[in-house]
Amino acid sequence: MSSDTAVSVMPKTRIPSNAEVLRTQRKERISLALRYLILGGVGLLMLYPLFWLLGASFKSNQEIFTTIWFLPRDLTRLLDFSAYYNGWMTRTEYTFATYFLNSFLIVIPRVIVTLISCTLVAYSFARFEYPGRKFLFSIMIGTMLLPPIVLRVPQYLMFKELGMIDSYWPLILPSAFAVDTFFTFLVVQFLRGTPRDMEEAAIIDGCNALQLLWHIVVPLLKPALISVALFQFIWTMNDFIGPLIYISTVEKYPVSLALKMSMDVSGEVEWANIIAISIVALLPSLTVFFLAQRYFIEGATSSGIKG
Amino acid sequence: MASVNLEKIVKTYPNGFEAVHGVDLEVRDGEFMVFVGPSGCSKSTILRMIAGLESISGGELKIGDTVVNNLRAKERGIAMVFQNYALYPHMKVYDNMAFGLKLAGLPKQEIHERVTQAAKMLEMEHLLDRLPRQLSGGQAQRVAVGRCIVKRPEVFLFDEPLSNLDAKLRASMRVRLTELHRELRDRGQPSTAIYVTHDQVEAMTMGERICVLKDGTIQQVDTPTTLYDRPVNAFVAGFIGSPEMNIRPATLVARDGGLGVEIGDTMLPLPAAFSDALRNRIGQKVQFGIRPEHIGTPRSILASGSQERAAIANCLFRLREHMGNEVYTHFELGGHDFAARIPTDFAGDIDAAERGQTIQLGFVMDKVHIFDADTGLNLTLGASQLM
Repeated sequence: MSSDTAVSVMPKTRIPSNAEVLRTQRKERISLALRYLILGGVGLLMLYPLFWLLGASFKSNQEIFTTIWFLPRDLTRLLDFSAYYNGWMTRTEYTFATYFLNSFLIVIPRVIVTLISCTLVAYSFARFEYPGRKFLFSIMIGTMLLPPIVLRVPQYLMFKELGMIDSYWPLILPSAFAVDTFFTFLVVQFLRGTPRDMEEAAIIDGCNALQLLWHIVVPLLKPALISVALFQFIWTMNDFIGPLIYISTVEKYPVSLALKMSMDVSGEVEWANIIAISIVALLPSLTVFFLAQRYFIEGATSSGIKG
Repeated sequence: MASVNLEKIVKTYPNGFEAVHGVDLEVRDGEFMVFVGPSGCSKSTILRMIAGLESISGGELKIGDTVVNNLRAKERGIAMVFQNYALYPHMKVYDNMAFGLKLAGLPKQEIHERVTQAAKMLEMEHLLDRLPRQLSGGQAQRVAVGRCIVKRPEVFLFDEPLSNLDAKLRASMRVRLTELHRELRDRGQPSTAIYVTHDQVEAMTMGERICVLKDGTIQQVDTPTTLYDRPVNAFVAGFIGSPEMNIRPATLVARDGGLGVEIGDTMLPLPAAFSDALRNRIGQKVQFGIRPEHIGTPRSILASGSQERAAIANCLFRLREHMGNEVYTHFELGGHDFAARIPTDFAGDIDAAERGQTIQLGFVMDKVHIFDADTGLNLTLGASQLM
């Protein structure tokens, strides 16, 4: 009886509410569309230079400097990758393959030593009690405020004394001593936010300090370490002033210097070639970023706690 | 043989704060000992000192016959369950359980046997391939316990292991852990357990003996029933039992042929058995303690057969809380708040009472405790409940 009533009543009450639901849904859809339109528009505006860069690699010098529209006038030119080929081959005796290899010879060791040194230093700051710890930490933070340019001259003189000029050592070695204080700070903060329970459980399980670091702390630090690796990769890849100061042999040039050099070689610059190779130079950083994105965003949320 | 002996154990922090003041305690072999106390009473500190996670500033700690003060955690033969379970998030359940055994260099075959055996015991064989984040709170708790069992330690340490679970799960895990302890003991495996909690219900239901702590000193160590019936001081009396004991200021007075307590303007006669202990304190301020279940309506007192030992007094009704089988009744006596637990069947007049109305309630006087007003010591320990 009661269920009969419910069935007969339900349509009556739902017809007007259905219309209302539809109205609300339409409003929501319009508002959503508007929001995306604005976001998309602004996003496009921000990304336009990148699109333009991509288009310009298919344009002639004359067209590059005369049009703001990103597509070449003659769309068939989009199939012509000669600028990429010419740019890659360069006008020197080396192709960009050499320069990319050089870049990786700097970037990869630097990322590795950064990860090792930062982890060790951060672990000590975040987990051990020893005299002078707070003082040392504040000195480290203090160096973060120092403009990097201040260190250039003394560092240059030091590496000159050590006979390391025109090698990659001056670009890699400092990172082995955790001088990238921002990264150390990042890892210290991450570690401070991680509960110690797991480490204590591992101590009871029989870990010594180094086993603890390797088996427990490093896996816990994974998101932070991935962020460090990513930043160091991109920043080192894009670093221009460091190699400019220390590297003088063309054979040892990384990509950033080689790009600059291709602009200087002759008066008659084929801009499409340079633009094409700049786009190629972006690829490693972009690839690394998208590969690491998941962990990068995951950030500080991973831990063994669930209540 | 794995008793745990604490002798004059002291913990002083680098800033000079003394958290534990010379604690003496023996946890017997195979015993389930519960440390209970309010937060900040140093129960966890003592547990962590036993575990080897905190240094011991003074005194001697023995596990079995060995002094372990300076031994590392792994050399003490202990295993610990943490409040947050502390599972290694990047390892599967199997590896979480096997980690300690691998570090100890046990052969693979034996590790496998121990892990599967423990998993079977805890009914979690199907969880072995999961990561900790794929477990519910209760499952994570079982894994944490499993991680201890596989190590076959001399002593199990539990640091508030159930406090992150919801009430229902907590109740079932309580039973499970207690059963597990008895099962290990029956098998002849070492099973001494020290369990830290701030929840007196957990302490009462799980502990074979309970150690009540306050501000880094032991208040009383005894079986749950003794703690409940014969608390040594007002702190233990108030801490053990839910709802807690009514402890209110009162004055000891003489009356014809005996003693009484005066609470505000109401005098309740004390039984003759208390006279010896309290005679020389007549006129002094004391604290009067009575558990809520020892207060009742005239009908419930009659039904419990304690009418001859009960004193009836006029009280001011304030509020009732229906718990189903019982009614928690809040009332005023002599200007002080009291609570009573009355079986619903005998609630009678209370059910109809209005706020501010005078009701008659009976106090079972041979169950009361009289505490020293300053020190809180139980003055009637020799007399009460012995009758």
